[in-house]
Amino acid sequence: MSTALDPTETEDTPPSAIFEFVTFSAGGQSYCLEITQIREIRRWTTVTALPHTPDDVLGVMNLRGAVIPIFDLAARFGLGQTPTNERNVVIVAAAEGNTIGLLVESVSEILSVDTAEIQPTPDIKSEATRSSIQGVISSGETMIRVINLTAVLDQPAGVAA
Amino acid sequence: MSGAPSIRDMFFEECEELLEALVEGLAGLEASGPDAAESLDTVNAVFRAVHSIKGGAGAFGLDALVDFAHTFETVLDKVRSGSLTADADLMRLFHRSGDQLANLVEAARDDVPANAEAAGAVLSELQKYLGDEDAEEDFVFEAMGLDLGESASVLTPDTFEISFVPKRALYENGHEPLLLFDALAELGTLEVTADTTGIPAFDGFDPTDAYLGWTLRLTTTESETLLHEIFEFVEALCTLDITKSSAAAPAPEPPGLIDLPDLGGLPDLTELPDTSALPDPDPIAAEAPAASAGKTHEKEVRGPKPTLRVDLDRVDRLINTVGELIINQAMISQRIEELDLPSVAHVTNELEAYKLLARDIQEGVMAIRAQPVKPLFQRMSRIVREASDATGKTARIVTQGDSTEVDKTVIERLADPMTHMVRNAVDHGLEAPDARIAAGKDPCGTIRLSAAHRSGSVFIEISDDGAGLNRERILATAIAKNLVPADAELTESEIDNLLFLPGFSTANAVSNLSGRGVGMDVVKNAVQALGGRVSISSQTGKGSTFSIVLPLTLAVLDGFVISVADQTMVIPIASILETVRPQARDLHRIGIDDQVISIRGNYVPVVDVAANLGIRRSGPAPCGILLLVATDPRGMSALRVDAIHDQRQVVIKSLESNYGRIPGVSAATILGDGKIALILDPEELVNLNMGAQPSAGLPPPVQKELRHVDGT
Repeated sequence: MSTALDPTETEDTPPSAIFEFVTFSAGGQSYCLEITQIREIRRWTTVTALPHTPDDVLGVMNLRGAVIPIFDLAARFGLGQTPTNERNVVIVAAAEGNTIGLLVESVSEILSVDTAEIQPTPDIKSEATRSSIQGVISSGETMIRVINLTAVLDQPAGVAA
Repeated sequence: MSGAPSIRDMFFEECEELLEALVEGLAGLEASGPDAAESLDTVNAVFRAVHSIKGGAGAFGLDALVDFAHTFETVLDKVRSGSLTADADLMRLFHRSGDQLANLVEAARDDVPANAEAAGAVLSELQKYLGDEDAEEDFVFEAMGLDLGESASVLTPDTFEISFVPKRALYENGHEPLLLFDALAELGTLEVTADTTGIPAFDGFDPTDAYLGWTLRLTTTESETLLHEIFEFVEALCTLDITKSSAAAPAPEPPGLIDLPDLGGLPDLTELPDTSALPDPDPIAAEAPAASAGKTHEKEVRGPKPTLRVDLDRVDRLINTVGELIINQAMISQRIEELDLPSVAHVTNELEAYKLLARDIQEGVMAIRAQPVKPLFQRMSRIVREASDATGKTARIVTQGDSTEVDKTVIERLADPMTHMVRNAVDHGLEAPDARIAAGKDPCGTIRLSAAHRSGSVFIEISDDGAGLNRERILATAIAKNLVPADAELTESEIDNLLFLPGFSTANAVSNLSGRGVGMDVVKNAVQALGGRVSISSQTGKGSTFSIVLPLTLAVLDGFVISVADQTMVIPIASILETVRPQARDLHRIGIDDQVISIRGNYVPVVDVAANLGIRRSGPAPCGILLLVATDPRGMSALRVDAIHDQRQVVIKSLESNYGRIPGVSAATILGDGKIALILDPEELVNLNMGAQPSAGLPPPVQKELRHVDGT
């Protein structure tokens, strides 16, 4: 399991390890995940809803015999439900032995980034958001948020269920 | 075996088997009595088990274990040689020694310090049976001959002529002559001559047969006993003749001397026996050591059934894959149905055959995981002994259906609840001996464990012949603990079931045995987690019986495919008593939005599955179908679903592994169209309803309060 990089550490360790990130948009914002955490990217298909779950848990789907939960990433970050659109995709990712799917609006590109270019998450108010984002990358005009998958999974949704 | 488990692990695995053989042997000894003719065999079996544990322990430097096993073995040897009689006292001590040995093995395995005090107590009792000279003898492993005394004195080298002609079975059981020769060579100077005259012409050669014989000359200072020990496990599988030649004269160079390693080459071919002998689902591993150990005379070979140790992960992977196969088969069936082929199409027949084959494979694979409950029951007999010692009661354990096979996980996960129930049975169930005598019963109480297969389920019962449940006290306790209102009118079985409420502790005074704050609710939860049910029946003065009903396997279940508010779900058939298409006149409203249905005169609450799962309907609720389910602790509920579509076996997929628990849902499965359907847990569903009840602002009636407590 790739425990991705920790930007605070990369500052004093000798620089320039190149990591590849898959960037995508959710709730109108740009996010990215380290490529080794991603198992596959699938087209959106209807899922089986789970009862007694918060809004960001869309349900479960069958991934070649495994039952995996699908989260709405935008809802997870409090950006409202992702509207249905045929460009929507599910990013299947693995963290801590769990396989999950994240519904996002669209996948954009693969970005090679030197660890030195990852800036620490700016000091924002929301504790939950800060822990779910482990750094930001600036790419041209846009700021891309690096998702801390483990933190996202540990966040309330599981608890609220 | 993947990732080759260390020899140490293998030793402990073997220890488990040996301990089982030991317990079994002791039980057999007790049953047959000390004078019976077969008891010598049994003592030998027990002795051998202890001896083998000691041997292995010695190799790993587990001194505490070696010391204890040594003393135990020495006393056993006295019984074997007839200088001690295994009377009731000694048998009890043997049982305790067996338990202690198991403790030591566990301690050694987990690398934790053993309870030296307990070991010391048993040890000193054992030593009472030994004469002084035995007790003070230091525990040197090598000195342990089968016969006492003879070994130490001989120092001048003797020469032994050993004629060793293996039978076919020796190879079939995976023995390797070369290893035996190596062991002999360690004792002294060894010369080996192979007799190759038995080898037939090449075209008549059967690679699985045994053709070779060997003549060995060993010059050693060791005793003949030790030589026999080396051949101990193959003695019945070969023709063995050991003679002591008088002179220590150097042996003449035998003419046909063959290089040793080459000899090993031939038998290697036979190491894997005919595969047809392998897939025997009976895990007879437990019996194997006993069988091989129980020989004193050379009998016709009835070697242990060949078994195969396999890494559990591999089996589980296989089971998962077979699960996929079943799903895949269902998907193909569905797709072909959708094609609307003419009904005579051959593909339909082939499909049916495919379905049967897939089922067969699945059953076969499941059988690999099945294990007899015997080890579990044996553990319980130990619990009974410990518990009766601790409480000053006398109790014996009677087991029935030891060979009933249950999924391995079920056995593992049942151990704790069973332990608890057995302890309870001794501690709370049985009366003290004088009370029993006063009641005209045998002062020695009986705990009965039974296991059986009945209609696709496993039934396990734990009963005692004690005083039965004290219902007044149970009710009083429940009222005192605010679990039921003081004016509650409960039936006997309702009172019995109060035991399963969380926070209910049985004994007035917490004894040091049970009543550690772990209630029967933990037992209930554990059993429910396995998809089972537990219930109590009790007769005052005659005893109580706890019955556990479990599904045969944890991997598939028979379910109804139902739809609830446009969602497809599965509900286990086992929990459904009856299905009812409700008539308007049978349905009655109670309160704001509660409904009951009258079923043959009884009013049963109707639970709307969609509402309880929080699913909003798009349209008006259809009249639907009611599924009557039994809900402990109190009777029935009717689950309202929209429709029943099908009845089928579904593969259980855990939701917890990737997501977490969802109330009312036990797992998920994948249907023929590749969609996931949730598997409902009827009892939890009903309890969800109860949990929601108080918020409706209605004063909950007694029963509901009960269930509410139960469900939260």
